[in-house]
Amino acid sequence: MTHEKAKSGMEGLKVKLHDMSLRDGMHAKREQIPVEMMVKIAKGLDEAGVPYMQVTHGAGLGGNSIQHGRALASNAEYISAVAEVVKQATISVLLIPGLGTMKELEEAYECGARSVHVATHCTEADTSPQHIAFARKLGMDASGFLMMSHLNSAEGLTEQALLMESYGANTVYVTDSAGAMLTHEVTHAISMMRDALKPETEIGFHGHHNLGLGIANSIAAIGAGATRIDASLAGLGAGAGNAPIEVLAAVCDRMEIETGSDTFALMDLAEDVVVPFMDHVVRADREALTLGFAGVYSTFLLPAKRAGARFGIPARDILVELGRKKMIGGQEDMIQDTAMTMARERGLLKESA
Amino acid sequence: MNKIKCALIGSGNIGTDLMFKLLRSDVLEPVWMVGIDPNSDGLKRAADKGLKTTHEGVDGLLPHVEADGIQIAFDATSAYVHAENSRKLNELGVFMVDLTPAAIGPLCVPPVNLGDLAKATPMNVNMISCAGQATIPIVSAVGAVQTVEYAEIIASLSSKSIGPGTRANLDEFTFTTSNAIEKVGGAKKGKALAIINPADPPMIMRNTIYCEVEGEPDQAAITKSVKEMIAQVQRYVPGYKLVNGPDFDGNRVAVFMEVAGLGDYLPTYAGNLDIMTAAAARTAEMFAERILDGSMELKKLEPAQ
Repeated sequence: MTHEKAKSGMEGLKVKLHDMSLRDGMHAKREQIPVEMMVKIAKGLDEAGVPYMQVTHGAGLGGNSIQHGRALASNAEYISAVAEVVKQATISVLLIPGLGTMKELEEAYECGARSVHVATHCTEADTSPQHIAFARKLGMDASGFLMMSHLNSAEGLTEQALLMESYGANTVYVTDSAGAMLTHEVTHAISMMRDALKPETEIGFHGHHNLGLGIANSIAAIGAGATRIDASLAGLGAGAGNAPIEVLAAVCDRMEIETGSDTFALMDLAEDVVVPFMDHVVRADREALTLGFAGVYSTFLLPAKRAGARFGIPARDILVELGRKKMIGGQEDMIQDTAMTMARERGLLKESA
Repeated sequence: MNKIKCALIGSGNIGTDLMFKLLRSDVLEPVWMVGIDPNSDGLKRAADKGLKTTHEGVDGLLPHVEADGIQIAFDATSAYVHAENSRKLNELGVFMVDLTPAAIGPLCVPPVNLGDLAKATPMNVNMISCAGQATIPIVSAVGAVQTVEYAEIIASLSSKSIGPGTRANLDEFTFTTSNAIEKVGGAKKGKALAIINPADPPMIMRNTIYCEVEGEPDQAAITKSVKEMIAQVQRYVPGYKLVNGPDFDGNRVAVFMEVAGLGDYLPTYAGNLDIMTAAAARTAEMFAERILDGSMELKKLEPAQ
């Protein structure tokens, strides 16, 4: 009788970790990460061997607004400061067409960004051709980022991925913005995309931990052919956070999946720098769990809590209603609007219209 | 009563919706529709309504302008080809109403500045964007009470109402609308955001307007001014409706609007089409009335040497 452990079949696979602490993490900090803290975390990630890190306002280029909150510094200031200390890692940015523009992408490039997630809702890839083509023209690594992927079928996602590939994206992401995807759904979608896309086109996965599946879904994605995984230190990100990068690195080590990153260094950075810096414990609390359960954009969490407190409506009720109305990323204004409408219906707000 | 004869350039969602509005006008008569695809639904609908059609672009229309007495043309193509279309038609003395984000002529939001514009005699006016038409009146109404330091607007549009032209040119939409919030709306700084939502059944167009004013907002005066402005827009877009607000939070004023369309071409959720085409029709009518009463004369613009 042998005591050999079962193999996963993923031994020897190589994945590139893409840290989100300094972009998605901005949401968890209400866009209030000081430049010095960005620099400190970026330096740590760079030294730990993480190959990509995203640095912008939580909503990406053009994100500084009433709708998405005003950050402590401009994107140009953040990117330039990080570019100065990073030695090996590639700095990336987020660009959502309709919010960010090519002008801002060019500025980010000049500050040192060399990679971009061009993000659209998972059915609207055809709003991204200008921006993807422009990124490639600048010589940037360009990923198409299909947000709220749980709202499309595997076939639909594959169709959208092919569009983004045709615009010039060298990577296409399944982006579980609501942390609502189940593990078999991730496997199904990425397997189908892997079969349809060119072999040289990479597939990425961006998870949220709202249902506690951030790591499991990331591993499923790798098993199905994804080679880029977004994650963040201690999960610092919207909702219940992203897949915690130090946990993901540890699991990959155990599974003999190569990340090229130093797991202990990431554990230290998460524990000693990021956790003490959190405003709230990023976890699947009642409201964050509701996001995953009802399929609501993770970034809606904190504004829904604020609107709930102001208008006397439980945040969970607001989030469920936003899910029912099929509101998507970028419609943060509809949180207050929905809270006001619900408050009026419940007799908590006098007729205004 | 005499009507001014018009041509519609562009047979997509906007051009086709506009045709239905012009067919109801007392002073405008659509006689031509120009497309580039012989199989386009818009050209078929135009032919059904008795308009002359061409699928050879604006060059297919030019030989007929004089004989058919075209005096006003609407361009609902794209920012990239508008300048050329406008030049060719202006040379023949045709007044252009531009529904693309090209914005080579003065920007027009009827309840805000049409009166002033009509006193000048431009040969081209620009209608900005659907989001601009839906939000700039509110920015202007707040600005009539207090200086608006910063105005930000968010337009949520149903996916089904957004054609390929707008999809491929979201940057132009953003730039043109942001600029118009300042130039026409009077805000010191403007920012425009657009979101395309694929929900099915489609969501009705929504617009949120945030204004940060100088000093403490005069709540009563701003509320009154906003409501009066809404009533003015409702005269040409009946589905323009206040959902929530004005809400006051510090120096920030928030107004949440909904725009339901008349369902002329696309169903009522596509209020973004209606507010754009209704504003364009309203603008053209104002100029048509001036042409008809002799107070405005269209001159052929000499080609540049």
